[in-house]
Amino acid sequence: MIVGEKLARSFGLSGEEYARVLEIMGRVPSLTELGVFSVMWSEHCSYKSSRVWLKTLPTTAPWVIHGPGENAGVVDIGEGLAAIFKMESHNHPSFIEPYQGAATGVGGILRDVFTMGARPIANLNALRFGDPSLARTKRVVDGVVRGIGGYGNCVGVPTVGGEINFHPAYNGNPLVNAMTVGIARADRIFLSAAAGVGNPVVYVGSKTGRDGIHGATMASTEFGQNSEDKRPTVQVGDPFVEKLLIEACLELMATDAIVAIQDMGAAGLTSSSVEMAGKGGVGLALDLDAVPQRETGMTAYEMMLSESQERMLIVLRPDRQELARAIFEKWELDFAVIGHLTDTGRIVVSHRGRVEADIPLAPLADQAPLYHRPYVDTPKRAALGEVADPVGIAAALTTLIGCPDLCSRAWVWDQYDSTIGGQTVKRPGAADAAIVRIDGSNRALALTTDCTPRYCLADPEAGAAQAVAEAWRNITATGARPLAITDNMNFGNPEKPEIMGQFAACVRGMAAACVALDFPVVSGNVSLYNETEGTGILPTPAIGGLGVIEDAGAAVGLALAPGLDLVLIGATQGWLGQSLWLREIGGREDGPPPPVDLAAERRNGDFVRARILAGEVAACHDVSDGGVLIAVAEMALAGGTGVQLSHLPAGAPHEFWFGEDQGRYVLAVIDAAAVMAAAAAAGVPAVLLGASALGDLTLPDGVAISLQGLRAAHERFFPAWMAPAT
Amino acid sequence: MKAGIVVFPGINRERDMAIALEGSSGRKPRMIWHRETDLSGLDLIVVPGGFSYGDYLRCGAMAAQSPVMAEIRAHVARGGYLMGVCNGFQILTEAGLLPGALLRNAGLRFLSMDCHLRVERNDTVFAGKYAAKQVFRAPMAHGDGNYFADDATLDRLEGEGLVAFRYVTPEGDMTAEANRNGSARGIAGIYAPGFRVMALMPHPEDLVDPLMGGTDGKPLFDGLAA
Repeated sequence: MIVGEKLARSFGLSGEEYARVLEIMGRVPSLTELGVFSVMWSEHCSYKSSRVWLKTLPTTAPWVIHGPGENAGVVDIGEGLAAIFKMESHNHPSFIEPYQGAATGVGGILRDVFTMGARPIANLNALRFGDPSLARTKRVVDGVVRGIGGYGNCVGVPTVGGEINFHPAYNGNPLVNAMTVGIARADRIFLSAAAGVGNPVVYVGSKTGRDGIHGATMASTEFGQNSEDKRPTVQVGDPFVEKLLIEACLELMATDAIVAIQDMGAAGLTSSSVEMAGKGGVGLALDLDAVPQRETGMTAYEMMLSESQERMLIVLRPDRQELARAIFEKWELDFAVIGHLTDTGRIVVSHRGRVEADIPLAPLADQAPLYHRPYVDTPKRAALGEVADPVGIAAALTTLIGCPDLCSRAWVWDQYDSTIGGQTVKRPGAADAAIVRIDGSNRALALTTDCTPRYCLADPEAGAAQAVAEAWRNITATGARPLAITDNMNFGNPEKPEIMGQFAACVRGMAAACVALDFPVVSGNVSLYNETEGTGILPTPAIGGLGVIEDAGAAVGLALAPGLDLVLIGATQGWLGQSLWLREIGGREDGPPPPVDLAAERRNGDFVRARILAGEVAACHDVSDGGVLIAVAEMALAGGTGVQLSHLPAGAPHEFWFGEDQGRYVLAVIDAAAVMAAAAAAGVPAVLLGASALGDLTLPDGVAISLQGLRAAHERFFPAWMAPAT
Repeated sequence: MKAGIVVFPGINRERDMAIALEGSSGRKPRMIWHRETDLSGLDLIVVPGGFSYGDYLRCGAMAAQSPVMAEIRAHVARGGYLMGVCNGFQILTEAGLLPGALLRNAGLRFLSMDCHLRVERNDTVFAGKYAAKQVFRAPMAHGDGNYFADDATLDRLEGEGLVAFRYVTPEGDMTAEANRNGSARGIAGIYAPGFRVMALMPHPEDLVDPLMGGTDGKPLFDGLAA
């Protein structure tokens, strides 16, 4: 390979970016050096299109210990404990090779969390797939679900929550966003900034192979017709080694041996070493002959760019080197001193007696490309106008509760170990947010992932605000206090002004919601170029939310029990724009999405949480996709309890029952009068919907819908879709 | 009983097991790294769930060859108690301490959900705190829990009363639906002759706290605490 602009372009650098490399180096770079520049300056590693916008997100609160910039976000959850969490995409690999793409997505995000000193206690995910009628979609769903389960189950971290949407816009670009949450002592957080000239740089974990070379570059381009040819850029995961790595790292972290630590994720040894040295303002000398290798004859270029999984880079105190070695040998993991810190400010990579790379670190970071990409605002959608109801309430309910976006996800959850650890208070589907207790404490975390991409397409700003609000609402609906979010920004090609306009508006919407709800962003990830043959995905700013509840036993789920009244909290206008009813019954995706009134959101949510913590609420469910009647039906199905609805809405019934107005909750309470009075006093809209009943779900006009029939409709889709062909 | 939990590389439910044992006995069990060979002073050894050595060979096959297995055999020969759960069950069958094998689930998918188990006899230390034929709930989480043995072995197990638990409906009936992983004769757990060695696939250790949805698993650990 001859190093020059042509090769640089094939590595994903622009002509201008390559010219900057020449300027920094003062000569033509070596192949290894060009490789380092190209991955560090890839969209995936440099955030060159998104950085200017991400800076505008609110990232602070009194409980935030570390915001964006570290491997994961860290928040104080009381009792001297910290929750460490992040969500990250593995979209491109999951399309090319669904099982390994999803599995290594889980592995990668786990490492981001335990590298900071946390024991991972929960995994979640946010998945988007294409049209279910396509054979390819079925294959991707099956592979992704098996991959998430295969990795998470083996590594022994419960998968407790997540969300799945289907839309043809994801036909060629499914989204796999994986989130991990861990717990550490607040005074024992490990960071990545290297320090101490002369300190050893240690490589631990799996051996390096030729897998995943240029994965970060692959993740920074659109797909064409031959995306399957990129399969060699997908990494292969080994959850068994990851489990050993978690235990070994946590054992080492209990000592005082570690100066700095970072996992080798995207761009592997390159990004971990460059970032650690860069953050610490030191230089680095690496001897690649010492790197544990799985294959023979690997070049410096291959080793620096390999994305082999389950590897970490650690800067150690020199006097603790042998103690550390003993721990990794106990866990039967590779341990190799592959270099040391220097005062040169350069990364110098040697292999077989030759210097293969010698790059000044400051310009590699400081002169990384930063683009103010041109953008255009998304045009506002025209108001919907009146929409007639062609089928009636009962028929619409049965259709909606069984549609791919609303049907039971049990087929998926049943393949994920959700109970390992023995702390899962609310399993998937039992509550609006998963509840996981902290071992040895009464405290529990409330965890959720949320986004409604069809809203974001129609109005990116309102849609992104809605995503943040829904995460906040789902945590609130359990009684927990929302603390912070991680974001996973999935978009199309940022070089298109319309896509950049979606991105910018989503950031604006998120920022407004984060401020209004005191719900800052503490970590995140951006995945751009989610396009195949020029067709982009729906803008998908997936939000991972975390909250805390002091008494895990006070958390409520959504299962309805007999003898309760149902109260709807929040104002209902009957908003059908972009609703699932309009899509599934009306046959069109149209109109503006429901507006998000952040002040009302906060007021209603604070009211609901106070009622839950006062012990007045037996069950609670937020109103989201599908509207009030879907929320009520989900509560009835979860509890196996019927409902007699009595409320006669003033307007059109289908607008009331299926509209997707925001900021609403359905509460199941013993004393409805007291809750209604408290709501009136707090200025919170409240409506008595009906009461739990034996048997059926009965509409106000007396039409009865059997719970058994609803359940059959609800549970049909996934098992039927995935049943082996006979 | 003084209990110890054997930890092979890749085992991942050892902490759940420790919580359950301590919850009933008030004593922290000893964690035994697989290279240790001194098991003296222990009354009960537990091989917990997980993916020992990644289960990249047959589940449990690698762990069954580990040095600690010789000590576990000696412990059993001395009359000590031994319990295997999930991967522990697989390991004990691979080691020949229990008959049969655990095959891939009938549906070829990992199964994670609650199941119901019927106590086939309650005159053992493991099941003594349950009523005879009592049905209790337990989470299961496995890809290879489909118990298999030849008919002669199954007949012998039945004949000698060595079936510990069977998958049943909440009402206690054996149905194909209740036996999700397809185990022969609905067998979820078995004893070795003498009733001092028992293993099962589901996880009673994950249902010992009302906060986690129930305490159906607790009687098993209460029995082992005495």
